[in-house]
Amino acid sequence: MKDLLSSRVAYGKSLVELGKTNPKVVVLDADLSKATQTVQFSEEFPERFFDMGIAEQNMMSCAAGMATFGLIPFVSTFAVFASMRAVEQIRNFIAYPKLNVKIVATHAGVEVGQDGATHQAIEDIAILRAIPNMVVIAPADWVSTKKAVQAIAEYQGPVYMRVGRSDHEPVYQSDFKFEIGKSVQLRSGKDLTIIAIGNMVSKALSVAEELSKLGFSIRVIDMHTVKPLDETAVIDAAKETKGIITVEDHTIIGGLGSAVSETLSSYNLAPVIRIGIQDRFGQSGIGDELLDYYGLSVSNIVDQSLEILK
Amino acid sequence: MEIIQVNELSKKAYQIRKLTLELLCEAKSGHTGGSLSEADILSVLYFSKMNIDPAKPDWEDRDRFILSKGHACPALYATLALKGYFPLESLSTLRKLGSKLQGHPDMKRTLGIDISTGSLGQGLSAGLGMALASRLLKKQNRIYVLLGCGELQEGQVWEAAMAAAHYKAANLTAIIDYNRLQIDGSNSEVMELSPLADKWRSFGWKVIEIDGHNIEQIVNAFEEAKQTVDCPSVIIAKTVKGKGVSFIENQVGWHGRVPTKEELAKALIELDERMKTL
Repeated sequence: MKDLLSSRVAYGKSLVELGKTNPKVVVLDADLSKATQTVQFSEEFPERFFDMGIAEQNMMSCAAGMATFGLIPFVSTFAVFASMRAVEQIRNFIAYPKLNVKIVATHAGVEVGQDGATHQAIEDIAILRAIPNMVVIAPADWVSTKKAVQAIAEYQGPVYMRVGRSDHEPVYQSDFKFEIGKSVQLRSGKDLTIIAIGNMVSKALSVAEELSKLGFSIRVIDMHTVKPLDETAVIDAAKETKGIITVEDHTIIGGLGSAVSETLSSYNLAPVIRIGIQDRFGQSGIGDELLDYYGLSVSNIVDQSLEILK
Repeated sequence: MEIIQVNELSKKAYQIRKLTLELLCEAKSGHTGGSLSEADILSVLYFSKMNIDPAKPDWEDRDRFILSKGHACPALYATLALKGYFPLESLSTLRKLGSKLQGHPDMKRTLGIDISTGSLGQGLSAGLGMALASRLLKKQNRIYVLLGCGELQEGQVWEAAMAAAHYKAANLTAIIDYNRLQIDGSNSEVMELSPLADKWRSFGWKVIEIDGHNIEQIVNAFEEAKQTVDCPSVIIAKTVKGKGVSFIENQVGWHGRVPTKEELAKALIELDERMKTL
């Protein structure tokens, strides 16, 4: 029996677990603790939780100061604010001195839904990926999120992690091993490779299933770490299959699709089709409805895949 | 406070100024005015107030200093060298390729720098983070943040001011190098700051107003801040930009230019003469 759970709820639970074993973990939030689920940590460890109010810039530089004392700050807010309102703070005070701050942002992509374009970060991965010293992670489900929280706590240095808002069936069983920078091949195949991140991984698996009914053999890779990218997996996929489809709930400019294309640009191996938000803003609507509208539906990904497979 | 000690700290401030001008002249770029205005404050912090040990720059119980106005680092580098964090000779590498002494402070390259700064308006937030961390870890560190006056125009300073008062961060002391000049002109011409003390008071801070070149007042202000246990303190130190060299003092144009060799020679003579009068 697979449990429906959102990655953000799993994040909140994992923080509590982490807090029990690691007294250096502190959590900062900007008046969104119920939405980001850091509220769970605040109830368990009130003295290690800091609500910084609706002031994200102060929150980021403050976390940097805490990290210089050996604490491990987890800083949470919506992705749109973490990655844009406070990005210069992240660049100069966290990434440049490589301080041990973990930025875990929730509510990313058009999946956010009815709050509309102002609250749907579709550029966060592109922005954070451009900053030296940053690790950028987008786990596929709640099982993966739990593992990722543990992994980034053990990693020494700044991390940006984007976790999903909505409830999903998990892609993973709990015995899976999460390793920063090491992608996971969820399905083997020789005709085409689909590389996905976050909530698009389960969709990629559905696409592979559909295409297998048509007789195609599809490789599916969960590229949970967009930076550093698992280049070996990308190059192998380009060599061993006829083409690559990238899928992300993010603009096609600068995100997963770009990272994969950049990796392959020095080789003449295989075509890449980038599926994501096509350089435009989102809007209000139900999350799943918006994903379909912006081309992140199983049927559209199947159609795009057939372009290569033909 | 004894006169001898006051004179010693004044003398150190003049040494900081002399070294600062020398290394700026050598680097051929950098920020002169704001480096000279903060020299007395740095002298008191590093040679009297702060609990630090240059032999143990990573000692966890040390007090912390954040130069939020990071561009004024030449005076801080001079201070750190005088204190013994690194040899005086290395000052001549300022701003050169491969140097430990970057154009703005870099904690990863320079011993004695507690956090990298340079982008204005963020030092107080980082200081608050340190203050909260120290308290959580049940330590006694005091955190000092030196801000420029122009950077008070950054909104983030006031986010930090609000949060520090909210968290009653009494171990945090802000010092404002209130020389009243910034790049495009005076504060009043560019963006009015007054009533400055009232702003901080209304945010819930203990405000101490002093002459930022009077050693005794600086020392007493830090003492008063230390005695304040229920809120953070801000020392508004009225200073003169370019302090110590008559042709640099109060000149907007000296924010971001450095002395020529001739100007340096003239300035050093003047600083030596002023030192003799102590």
